[in-house]
Amino acid sequence: MALPDPESVSFPGARRPDRTRSVDSDGVRLAVYEWGGAGDPPLLLNHGGFDFAGTFDGLAARLADAGWRVIAYDQRGHGDSEHAALYSWPADLRDLKCVLDSIGRAPIPAVGHSKGGSQLTELIHALPHRIWRFVNIDGLPSDHVHPDVAEHDRAKHLDEVLGTWLDWRRRTHEAVRKPGTLEELARRRARMNPRLSHEWLRYLVTIGARPDPDGWRWKIDPSLRFGGFGPFRPSWSADRARGLPVPLLGIIGTEHEEMGWGATPESLRRHLPPAARIEVVEDTGHFVHIEQPDRVAEMVLEFFA
Amino acid sequence: MKRLRHGKVELALHTLRPGEERPLLLLHGLGERSPAAVPDELSAWTGPVYALDFTGHGASTIPKGGGYHPEMLLADADAALAELGPVTLAGRGLGGYVAILLAGARPDRVRGVLVLDGPGLSGGGARPVSTHIGTPDRDASAPPDPFALLELSTDVRPPDYATLFARRARDLSGIDRPIAVCAAERPVWLEAVLGDSGVEASEPGEALARFASL
Repeated sequence: MALPDPESVSFPGARRPDRTRSVDSDGVRLAVYEWGGAGDPPLLLNHGGFDFAGTFDGLAARLADAGWRVIAYDQRGHGDSEHAALYSWPADLRDLKCVLDSIGRAPIPAVGHSKGGSQLTELIHALPHRIWRFVNIDGLPSDHVHPDVAEHDRAKHLDEVLGTWLDWRRRTHEAVRKPGTLEELARRRARMNPRLSHEWLRYLVTIGARPDPDGWRWKIDPSLRFGGFGPFRPSWSADRARGLPVPLLGIIGTEHEEMGWGATPESLRRHLPPAARIEVVEDTGHFVHIEQPDRVAEMVLEFFA
Repeated sequence: MKRLRHGKVELALHTLRPGEERPLLLLHGLGERSPAAVPDELSAWTGPVYALDFTGHGASTIPKGGGYHPEMLLADADAALAELGPVTLAGRGLGGYVAILLAGARPDRVRGVLVLDGPGLSGGGARPVSTHIGTPDRDASAPPDPFALLELSTDVRPPDYATLFARRARDLSGIDRPIAVCAAERPVWLEAVLGDSGVEASEPGEALARFASL
């Protein structure tokens, strides 16, 4: 199968990082990326579930060009970070703190998308002195059931979930991602990212997938999958959100899609600190920063000014 | 000892007493490992007895960087179920909690559960505590994996989550009283399970005799 040169695929306004490095989170190697001047003030980006740092190539480039040292990383099992044997919310938080520690101990601003926003919310509750200001893109606490977090409420569907999940765990050691052409992988991702352009998704394939001899494969650990079940319930984070101890800008879209968290200003307002600012970007879905990178960069820069 | 594959982990399944009848499968407590011989309190079981080392414990793989949660241990125990076929479960502490999860998840294959006292029975309580990012004793010798000790002693165990599994065992196993609580320690989740029909407080010997007769 003829494979295109990854360098030949580009996307207007998106730029690969200026520097890459890795951190060791208790034996799990995490890939870290930086855009902008090494001496510029640092700003942390945290991606969502089943994404990778490269999904920030558009937003990060814009923030770097405005004078920030932008740092993002691939969460364990995602992108170029190591596949772990185990995955959990506390492990993700430790990894996030490990990356944060690698930047320094002074408080910095942070942006999180989806599950990455939710992780940052938790980190800020644990370490309020480490994050100066926080932008959360469609990952704000609400009563809504999140597509990428295993939850107790999903136990209503336990009959369907339990057996299939355990059957899956019995087979995970055999799991491999399905190979395909660059075009096929882009079309497959469009099922979960239906509002994003084919050109953008093609670009993502060249970062988040690898060219194997039999075709492209997404790098994400094949043992990771959506859904599942666990004792977590959305109210645990929603009930705490009003006490978020740093200034918050929440950014949401208006169009519902599968990966979205279904948030509306009304549903969020009752959970957020009274001073929190919520911006609604019309005619966008869950990936607001990808659909409207200029608009989101402008809001972030203004909030962090 | 047999090695079972669960994802990237190899689990150790120990044969404490061979045999052809339905086995008793022992699930150890948090930080423990499988016993070398059938414990006295379970000696009334006349059939084969196996014991599983959970991930990060005993002779099973110690993975890097933690990430433990009881549902993953449930899948560990399910790997043993795939190997052994229908079993009766005896779980100590954390293993007792996992045994109830498995009884609810595979009600046709778990023929009775004994919940015994042992480490890790309570977990992190019924409600989340203040958010913290814990770090384990990284210099500790393993096994047990210090991440397992940290993460499986702080996971939240809401009572209605545990009862969901216990009720599935009651309603779908076809067994009258499929869960026997032999533990003196009664965390909130276990009190809730005990408050349901189909669950009884029992001595291990009585419960073993009842489950052996199924």
